[in-house]
Amino acid sequence: MSGGIEIPVRVTQVTPVAHRIKRFRFERLDGGPMPYFSGGAHIIVSMNDNGHVRRNAYSLMSPPYDCSAYEISVLHVEDSRGGSSFMHEKVREGDEMRVSHPVNLFQPDWRGRKHLLIAGGIGITPFIAMMEQFSREGAHFELHYAVRTRDRGAYCEDLVARYGPHRVKIYCDAEDNRIPVARLLDSQPLGTHLYVCGPAGMIDGVLKAGLEAGWPEQNLHSERFLSSQPGKPFSIELTRSGKTIHVGHHESMLEAIEAAGIDVPFLCRGGACGQCETMVTVCDGKLLHNDVYLSDEEKASGRKVMLCVSRFEGNALHLDL
Amino acid sequence: MAIAFKQETFRDDFSYRNSPENIRRFPFPFDRDEYMYSVNMEPHVKGQKGTVFESLIDVDEHYIAEMHDRALVLRDDPLRYQALPHMMTAQWDTLELLMEEQAAGYPEHFTLIRNGDRWRWINRPLGIDDTFTFGDTATLPYEPLEYITRQAQGDFCIVDQRDGNLWMDAGMVTTQADWSLDFDIGMNFMEWHGPVPLAHQAGVFDRALKFLLNLQQGKPTRRFNWTMTINPRLDTSPENYPKWGADRATVTPENVGEKVHLRVELQSLWRLPRSNAILFVIRCYLMNMNELVTVPKWARRFPRVLRTLPPELIDYKGLTRYRQTTIDWLSKFDDGAPTSPGPFPD
Repeated sequence: MSGGIEIPVRVTQVTPVAHRIKRFRFERLDGGPMPYFSGGAHIIVSMNDNGHVRRNAYSLMSPPYDCSAYEISVLHVEDSRGGSSFMHEKVREGDEMRVSHPVNLFQPDWRGRKHLLIAGGIGITPFIAMMEQFSREGAHFELHYAVRTRDRGAYCEDLVARYGPHRVKIYCDAEDNRIPVARLLDSQPLGTHLYVCGPAGMIDGVLKAGLEAGWPEQNLHSERFLSSQPGKPFSIELTRSGKTIHVGHHESMLEAIEAAGIDVPFLCRGGACGQCETMVTVCDGKLLHNDVYLSDEEKASGRKVMLCVSRFEGNALHLDL
Repeated sequence: MAIAFKQETFRDDFSYRNSPENIRRFPFPFDRDEYMYSVNMEPHVKGQKGTVFESLIDVDEHYIAEMHDRALVLRDDPLRYQALPHMMTAQWDTLELLMEEQAAGYPEHFTLIRNGDRWRWINRPLGIDDTFTFGDTATLPYEPLEYITRQAQGDFCIVDQRDGNLWMDAGMVTTQADWSLDFDIGMNFMEWHGPVPLAHQAGVFDRALKFLLNLQQGKPTRRFNWTMTINPRLDTSPENYPKWGADRATVTPENVGEKVHLRVELQSLWRLPRSNAILFVIRCYLMNMNELVTVPKWARRFPRVLRTLPPELIDYKGLTRYRQTTIDWLSKFDDGAPTSPGPFPD
């Protein structure tokens, strides 16, 4: 598989942690150690749903220096295309699954004099591993974590208990308590790096506020958990392999192409890493670019598309595959 | 099988030589009779016994002598080792990788015993037996990167990944083909490759950078680079140019076999786990022309490669003064017969 080496694992624990959120613990089938990783890294979990393979990216939240197991937390998304529903409804303790080696597209800037972490909802997960690493390495950090309601907020009390209220602050929408972004941005020591992970609106708002407050772009980091969005079905022609592929309502182009037995490189499956960038040879219609990898000019040119998250509407789409 | 380590020098009397067995395993980099730049990367996986791919971190008969030469270079110029402060986690990652790979590849020479964070490292060729706490620099005599690269053949750079680029933020560089860590430290990928001719225009570095930014843990990659060096000198640094630059004017038809060396770099790149940095290993192999022509296929191929080099590359690699003399000497060994595909001896 082009996404890297997969590790066969057993699900050794499934723990409900909050409303619609479960934690899964994976240990290697061969009993060996998991690779160490860096805070912010994710893995791709392969799910075999009756022969149909789904692959979703999840941030690792276990301590990066603990190689006994990997842990992820999964939010059961309301209009799930199947991945989070499968994890919540089908996966049981004792099941065998496969996970990829870790990939980090949300690496802390190790030069940071201070790390300011801003999380919304399930966006907390990469920060849990990051804080373990910061804390072990003696780095200065602060977490500001917004949740909708107390029962939807995963790990709130654990994190406050572990790192103290001076380093972990919880904000609850239902109690009309919001992260004071502007004030935070204004009061950081020079050399602070900011990291934001959460809903798209939150990420956009924080990054915009950061730039407006005069922060260097290089000090503002974000991770969006983009996933392929459902949409109208369409067909694509693969010019090199001579195949016609049908992309279903709930399917991504990448998944449909993989299902046809064609190996395409990928790493994040979330429109960020650039691995599945593909040349468009004919486009009679409209490409719906949902990635954050291609530049606006590249998107407008209609010459390239990211298979993992983007879609198409129109008469004909031919790809150089 | 235990390696018979040689006592030899890379300076003054230049007593460095390859044994016949070591010539057979030399990583001859040309798989055809001509040469041009490309993004020639392939997975760094173990290869056959009797090749330099036998282990992923190669140790050979020159190990002790190379480590001695490194110590001499560092004594005169401590700035050949540098690490910026934010690279400490990556330093520990590198120490782990080099200890694990050397111990796995050469258990008769190296042993690593891990007991939680308490590690014991035994390096028999150099007579080292140290116990230390992983993650605690105070328990080692040097910083972790300097400690382990005083015990590993090749140059080592650790590049940090940020802002969609790679940054040369730590390294141990004493066996280099005319570049300087002290000059390049803190530069990004495009900056440190600035002087390379032709490749920028061909888009080689854009593609290579894109590839490396997505380098995955557990999937190291490798490529070859090569140049030529007069006398078996490991330390051909810009800092020491006055010591070796003039050697290039000393090549005569009589001494080509002895003096002219093919210098091959086996470069491997590894994603490091805890830091997400990339370790760039540049392992240098030297072989003189007398040794090279003992393999008939290489004797035929190498003069053909030298003839097809573009002028920019001849200048960049510093071959201008002695390339023709070398081709003339080598041509005696080229009967014009076709060569088999691939780089290995027949």
